[in-house]
Amino acid sequence: MTERYELNKNLAQMLKGGVIMDVTNAREAEIAQKAGAVAVMALERVPSDIRKQGGVARMSDPKMIKEIKSTVSIPVMAKARIGHLVEAQVLEALGIDYIDESEVLTPADDMYHIDKHSFKIPFVCGAKNLGEALRRIGEGAAMIRTKGEAGTGNVVEAVRHMRTIMADVRRLSTLPKEELMTAAKEMAAPYELVVKVAEDGKLPVVNFAAGGIATPADAALMMQLGSEGVFVGSGIFKSSNPEKMAKAIVKATTFYNNPEIIAEVSEDLGEAMRGLEISQISPENVLSSRGW
Amino acid sequence: MVNVGVLALQGSVIEHVKILSGIEGVIPCEVRTVEELDKVSGLILPGGESTTIGKLLKDFEMAEPIKHRVKAGMPVWGTCAGMILMAKKIVDEDNTHLELMDITVRRNAYGSQLDSFSVSSNIPSVSDDSIPMVFIRAPWVECIGSDVEVLAELDGRIVAVKESNMLATSFHPELSANNAFHKYFVKMIENNR
Repeated sequence: MTERYELNKNLAQMLKGGVIMDVTNAREAEIAQKAGAVAVMALERVPSDIRKQGGVARMSDPKMIKEIKSTVSIPVMAKARIGHLVEAQVLEALGIDYIDESEVLTPADDMYHIDKHSFKIPFVCGAKNLGEALRRIGEGAAMIRTKGEAGTGNVVEAVRHMRTIMADVRRLSTLPKEELMTAAKEMAAPYELVVKVAEDGKLPVVNFAAGGIATPADAALMMQLGSEGVFVGSGIFKSSNPEKMAKAIVKATTFYNNPEIIAEVSEDLGEAMRGLEISQISPENVLSSRGW
Repeated sequence: MVNVGVLALQGSVIEHVKILSGIEGVIPCEVRTVEELDKVSGLILPGGESTTIGKLLKDFEMAEPIKHRVKAGMPVWGTCAGMILMAKKIVDEDNTHLELMDITVRRNAYGSQLDSFSVSSNIPSVSDDSIPMVFIRAPWVECIGSDVEVLAELDGRIVAVKESNMLATSFHPELSANNAFHKYFVKMIENNR
């Protein structure tokens, strides 16, 4: 374990209990920071627009990322396409704080994810289950998030992925040591990481929820299911009152065990983003099946 | 037994709680409300995002009760974001938070995450052994008031300070296995009782 990798995991630890918000320009970044976001994700189009407009979704314009970086004092993240190591190199050169190797963008490589160990900058990656999370950690991811189904405003997939990861972890921690190699084989995950999870009873990196969180109650739900923080993409700036929604989600994430506070902050928020029923999405448009 | 609080609004809460739970005579308590604050004899303001924690402190009316307790003598210790929350002045920012300590801090003084680093150093007033210091997008102290004691400097920058019942560090003792700083803070609380 290198010192740099430890430092990168450490930054994720500092984000715990917080909300990371998608922003598409400096103005939105400022709103997010004022509302109490722990970090912003700079991208040109939020996932629901990517879904609507179609086409190839790529890394954002460095100029826009730089503008956002100079506007806020909180950490700035940006997305690179799965497997696009040059986009990742560009983002590292921009001196941002975290890269999301993200299925929300169109994958650049249908076989391989980025070798994240070869970078100095930290990476967060999406996962649907423990095996996928451990493959990404094996490649050097310093933080994990559920994939959920981005841009839908429908939390069901994030719930499924978080419950699956948690159940996988619980199962591993009950296995005798001689069964762990077979478990590693079955979930196609590095053996050493499988052993570590079995010993610790938790992932070796911080685990956030993402993909479909649209309300304060959604955020609190993910926290109660064991998430250590949340990403909110389209849910804020596609709602009718982004500023109010952002503040409410921040508060609900901190006080996720306090229904009175969640009730109070949920009042009079205006309209949440328009949601999408998962079964209405054609298979080629399901983002969470990108990557492996 | 002594109740030591960790402000639990956001950030490295569990890390502090874990280290505290390994120190004899200490009961770690997560603090989110005024009622929880009333039960502790000392309070740690953890690492995290100072803008987020500062905003939650204000919105949930925790800032004034904490200031009140600290001014009445309760020991308080801020790590990284916690140091920023305690500072009376923040360079290039109009916004301050608890304004408890007579220090001026510079946020993200070392740069972005690519500039985060860790070192080990001797801090004789805290421990005889070398102490690991983890700096994550860390602040440093740019100026201090006359009553502030410098506990540690690194390359000419002030990174740990003490002012009567208040302690602040730019780095994160909660991220290493070394509990010297936590023991030092618990001693501050015990001496205060």
